[in-house]
Amino acid sequence: MSFSEKREEGVSEHDSEVPEAPEGLSEPPDRGAAEAHGAHHQEGFLRKYIFSIDHKVIGLQYGLTALLFMLFGFCLMLLMRWQLAFPGQPIPVIGGLLGNANAPGGVMLPEFYNQLGAMHGTIMVFLGVVPLVVGAFGNYFVPLQIGAPDMAFPKLNMMSYWVYFVGGVIMFVSFFLPGGAANSGWTSYPPLSNIATMGQTAWLLGMVFLITSSLLGSINIITTIIQLRAEGLTYMRMPFFIWSQFVTSFLLLLAFPPLEAAGVMQLMDRLAGTSFFMPSGLVVSGQVLEGAGGGSPLLWQHLFWFLAHPEVYVLILPAMGIVAEVIANNTRKPLWGYKAMVYASVWLGFMSFIVWAHHMFLTGMGTVMSAFFQTTTMIISIPSVVILTALLISLWGGSIRFNTPMLFALAFLPMFGIGGLTGLPLGLAPSDIHLHDTYYVIGHFHYVVAPGTIFAIFAGIYFWFPKFTGRRMSESLGKIHFWGSFIFMNGVFGPMFLQGLAGVSRRLYDGGVQYSHAQDVVQFNQFMSYSAFLLLIAQLPFIFNFFWSMRMGEKVGNNPWQATTLDWAATSSPPLGHGNFAEVPVVWRGPYEYSVPGHEEDFLPQNVATPAPQEG
Amino acid sequence: MEIPYNVEERPDTGLYNGKLGIWLFLASEVMLFGGLFSSYILLRTGDPNWFKPELSVPMATLNTMVLISSSVTMVMAWASLRLQDFKKFRLFSAATFLLACAFMVIKGFEYNTEFSHHLYPSSNNFMATYFTMTGLHGLHVLGGMVVIAYLWGPGSRMWKTEPERFTNRVEITGLYWHFVDLVWIFLFPALYLL
Repeated sequence: MSFSEKREEGVSEHDSEVPEAPEGLSEPPDRGAAEAHGAHHQEGFLRKYIFSIDHKVIGLQYGLTALLFMLFGFCLMLLMRWQLAFPGQPIPVIGGLLGNANAPGGVMLPEFYNQLGAMHGTIMVFLGVVPLVVGAFGNYFVPLQIGAPDMAFPKLNMMSYWVYFVGGVIMFVSFFLPGGAANSGWTSYPPLSNIATMGQTAWLLGMVFLITSSLLGSINIITTIIQLRAEGLTYMRMPFFIWSQFVTSFLLLLAFPPLEAAGVMQLMDRLAGTSFFMPSGLVVSGQVLEGAGGGSPLLWQHLFWFLAHPEVYVLILPAMGIVAEVIANNTRKPLWGYKAMVYASVWLGFMSFIVWAHHMFLTGMGTVMSAFFQTTTMIISIPSVVILTALLISLWGGSIRFNTPMLFALAFLPMFGIGGLTGLPLGLAPSDIHLHDTYYVIGHFHYVVAPGTIFAIFAGIYFWFPKFTGRRMSESLGKIHFWGSFIFMNGVFGPMFLQGLAGVSRRLYDGGVQYSHAQDVVQFNQFMSYSAFLLLIAQLPFIFNFFWSMRMGEKVGNNPWQATTLDWAATSSPPLGHGNFAEVPVVWRGPYEYSVPGHEEDFLPQNVATPAPQEG
Repeated sequence: MEIPYNVEERPDTGLYNGKLGIWLFLASEVMLFGGLFSSYILLRTGDPNWFKPELSVPMATLNTMVLISSSVTMVMAWASLRLQDFKKFRLFSAATFLLACAFMVIKGFEYNTEFSHHLYPSSNNFMATYFTMTGLHGLHVLGGMVVIAYLWGPGSRMWKTEPERFTNRVEITGLYWHFVDLVWIFLFPALYLL
């Protein structure tokens, strides 16, 4: 074709061959960089910080928004914990602010408790953890670790953040609707959710936005990883964090759309009077509901869990990726079984699509289905164990540096282990019959997500803070934060296993005081609630540390942890314009070349051309 | 900002970024419509009182032909650009847009007939499925029309400055358009004939 001729005529001012220099370079080496430099100065405040198309700014936007939502979701949980520990007593301090519709005289109403439960789950999963691990860490570090100048689609990236933001605003505002926010659990099972108050419609609309945002983000991350890897960065040289983001993005890409379909159908049920999820002859408050009927409430559960089980791995895989980076760096030796971990994560991703109905053993879907799904569930535990074991063995013989990120990463291992192993009885249909919908389930998945994923997030924040800001966070405050979080997390979630084994249901407004079978374990409620309040206090050093270290933290260079991956080859606190690397990096080796024999330093970065000449 | 492989193909993958992006997007769309088709099957097989009113097969057949023709003109539009014939591109993409309009108009008449027979989404679960799936498909057609119109009108200025990038844009739009067409080809037998 004769494109090349045409291009040369028309594209003179748009030369795509010249790599862009980062902002702040004192002497632009060539014309292209000079132009780019000029362009950055014209970038207004809005373009640079608000509607930015730079992956680092978008990553920070995601991170800060999601951390705020996580704090908000945590506060919702504290309100619930007050009610569970002291049923019927007015909530201190803020009880009067909640309004008469929610808490007359400061005493929480059951309807409000239901809203808090549904929204705590929704906010933590869809507005807190996923945007943090994928939106924030994924956005910021995928391009940096693969040596790319930005994400493949910067404008889609910006859109993905703002769509997420709108979704979050809808969820938040739904508390102020008549009847309050969604109150049918974070799973929104029909027919209850079909006849619920207006908040449920807002929930569905919000979810459509959040799903769209995840979709755009995952397309971006997959394309970036496949297309923009630096020269020499083959798939098996990618850091494990990149692999975890890669698999996670496929899960988001393929698992979310069925929930979007289900969301559209539930919206139709609520707004257009259809009966997708409404069985015939449903009686509500003594009245037979009108409508065509003939729908299937179980259909929603299938569609919902088809998303929500892969979602579990969306929450955990990037966390494993972060922990792998921190562990390799702080043991000063390569990850043990890197290849096995990569294959295990791909296997995990694939299997996560065929285990969803283990959430539905009690729905009467039949023993054949149950047998199938309990088999696949047992199989999926294998790759998780492979990854966790590889991380554990990686510690063997390392000269471990016990800094704050490493403490969080180390705590991740047993905490996720507890979460994972307590999941096995839930994956087997016979034992699940007893444990289903009890506090045991709550304990199980909170061990996976709270001291599991959230600890990994903290590890990542402490580890990469020097990259965001050029400064290190305070180690002493970090250690206070770690030990406080570690102790009180266990205080909150440990007793849940005992309550669940005693058969206490997870959705009780009063924590079980009126049930005889709960009498032996109901006294744990106060202990758990005190732990939760102390857990909030344990986060204060972190919040202070975060803002204080931005301005006052110890200044460090580009590679304060002596790490090997490409993100540390970029300038620290990379300038908030486009362009990450002073020169386009070329990769020569695998990601974790620590303590290479014969090399004088104990780390050999991926982009260093040849090992330093051996001297003796 | 210069993102590598934005226009030219990456040698080891043989793709430019946008093409990979649209394929991934289409994969997620398969899951979206797959979820709806599965729901349709489960609802239909699970309901002993399933009732399906008569729909207008001739109109739907006509619509199928209209949409397939629009896919053909879409390919012709892209091929014209590859042959450096911008005028023909304008002609064929205008034809694609008009055929899409025709599809929507015929669909509108169909909806109107159904409403006049008092068939609404709330009538029964078949009509609910029918309106949800064709409605969602219609939204996809509408989205495609917006993009095609943009590339025909203001977006086509890029042909003068970056012809290769513009051709890529048309190719990507075409991939999306064929997918929308394909969804209809599944919808037609599933909703009208079976």
